[in-house]
Amino acid sequence: MKEFLLDLLHNEPLVYTLMAIVPLVWVVPFALFAVWWERKISAHMQDRLGPMRTGGYHGWAQTIADILKLIQKEDIIPSAADKKLFILAPYLVFAGSYAAYAAIPFSAAYVGSGINIGLFYIISISSLVVVGLLMAGWASNNKWSLFGALRSAAQIVSYEIPVALAILAVVMVTGSFDLQEINRQQSGWFWNWFLFQKFPFLFVGSLIYFVASLAEVNRTPFDIPEAESELVAGYHTEYGGMRFALLFLSEYANMFAVSAIATTLFLGGWNSPFGDWLAGPFWGVFWFLTKGMAFIFVQMWLRWTLPRLRVDQLMYVGWKVLIPFAFVVVIGVGFWVMALR
Amino acid sequence: MLTYFRDIWDGVVTVLIGMKVTWMHLFTPAVTIQYPDVKLKLPERARNRLYVNMDDCIGCDQCAMACPVDCITIETVKSTPDVDLGLTSVGTKKRLYVPVFDIDIAKCCYCGLCVYPCPTECIKMTDVYEFAEFDRENLIYRFATMTPAETADARSRLSAYEKEQAAKKAAAAAAKPAPAAAPPAPGAPPPANPETKG
Repeated sequence: MKEFLLDLLHNEPLVYTLMAIVPLVWVVPFALFAVWWERKISAHMQDRLGPMRTGGYHGWAQTIADILKLIQKEDIIPSAADKKLFILAPYLVFAGSYAAYAAIPFSAAYVGSGINIGLFYIISISSLVVVGLLMAGWASNNKWSLFGALRSAAQIVSYEIPVALAILAVVMVTGSFDLQEINRQQSGWFWNWFLFQKFPFLFVGSLIYFVASLAEVNRTPFDIPEAESELVAGYHTEYGGMRFALLFLSEYANMFAVSAIATTLFLGGWNSPFGDWLAGPFWGVFWFLTKGMAFIFVQMWLRWTLPRLRVDQLMYVGWKVLIPFAFVVVIGVGFWVMALR
Repeated sequence: MLTYFRDIWDGVVTVLIGMKVTWMHLFTPAVTIQYPDVKLKLPERARNRLYVNMDDCIGCDQCAMACPVDCITIETVKSTPDVDLGLTSVGTKKRLYVPVFDIDIAKCCYCGLCVYPCPTECIKMTDVYEFAEFDRENLIYRFATMTPAETADARSRLSAYEKEQAAKKAAAAAAKPAPAAAPPAPGAPPPANPETKG
């Protein structure tokens, strides 16, 4: 896609800007849709209907109305807040979650930046989000916000390790950090996906990755940093209007980012599940987004099924369950790869 | 060590059971009733907005007296013997004009106590419950059907009739012998008794 645009426009800065904007074209409508979707799913799982009136059919315009309201709201910065950090934090959070999209391969023909350490880059850049959350919690000068931020930091320390180990297991199979290369190695029918390869090691690895990624994006049952019933809203308690919308947007962007990584690593990314049928760069986008949305659905499904874990339970799950199992997976896959070489 | 693995197994299994439950509920029809579009049928004897059928009202004031919050205001004007106000639907003779019958529904406590004493069953509770207003004045329901002109006419006729009666009484008192008039006449005829005079 980059080469094509370069041929078309002969203007490098413009082409790079366009390439950088493409994921945003997806992320913003996705966030609007996902908020509505989440409300509908939560409602129907509780035998309710959810938003039904705005826009006519099943309240489809509800989140559009919400975002218009948020844009119009007064920009309030608490007088006791650390003004500079308070203003900076939402941008940093969003920059962190959006930066991950640079290396996400939406299709065989499109990846923001085809660097050969894409996976490594995503793991490291998504840690920037936590810095932003800590900044938001600290700058709000509110005990609930600070609590939320601290919990977020504690959570990420426990969960980056199983995430990294699960990813490492895949990298050991592919021998590459390049997400496009990982996708290419899973081409063909769906049994070529890493979810079903090296069974059961990568299957368990995918579960570990999924559980840990839930914690990474602060979703229930690991939404301890936000914990409405304990901490009001955690680190974004003091945020309102557009800044809150930006935090919310980055939260949903993050949800899709981890789902996209899970899709790429375990579900074959942009590969069609049926070999060459419906394969190609454009169908690739379709398959990639469908698989990503399936992960998003499971995230929402879990959110409306499970209660929130306590902090110590989360630590238990992280350090005493996921990490040992992730090591078993890594060792198992390592031996398998060694033995078959 | 065994407990460790069993706990993990139980954790995974119970999560799956929970997911199955929520999955089933995802396809259970919602219990929500979309209120303004769909309305539940009210119980038969539900008490909501009051309605007064003025054709049947005889102005007896019993509902206003029964009202614990005094939200009913009734004013009546006696009719003169020469007019016939007609009968109510239950056959009661109407003897009073009712120029004012106001119910301040904002005060109403929906107890229904006004309904029971009504001899003609003209005040009753309806099943209308959506009557929010932006102005509190609009919650005073004026049921009276008489126009101001009709009311003024009725009042002037009554006062003319009363004057006439007073004149008759004075004439009768003057005609009688003086000693008998010393105590005020107790048996003065009621001025308006259309059933005997009309």
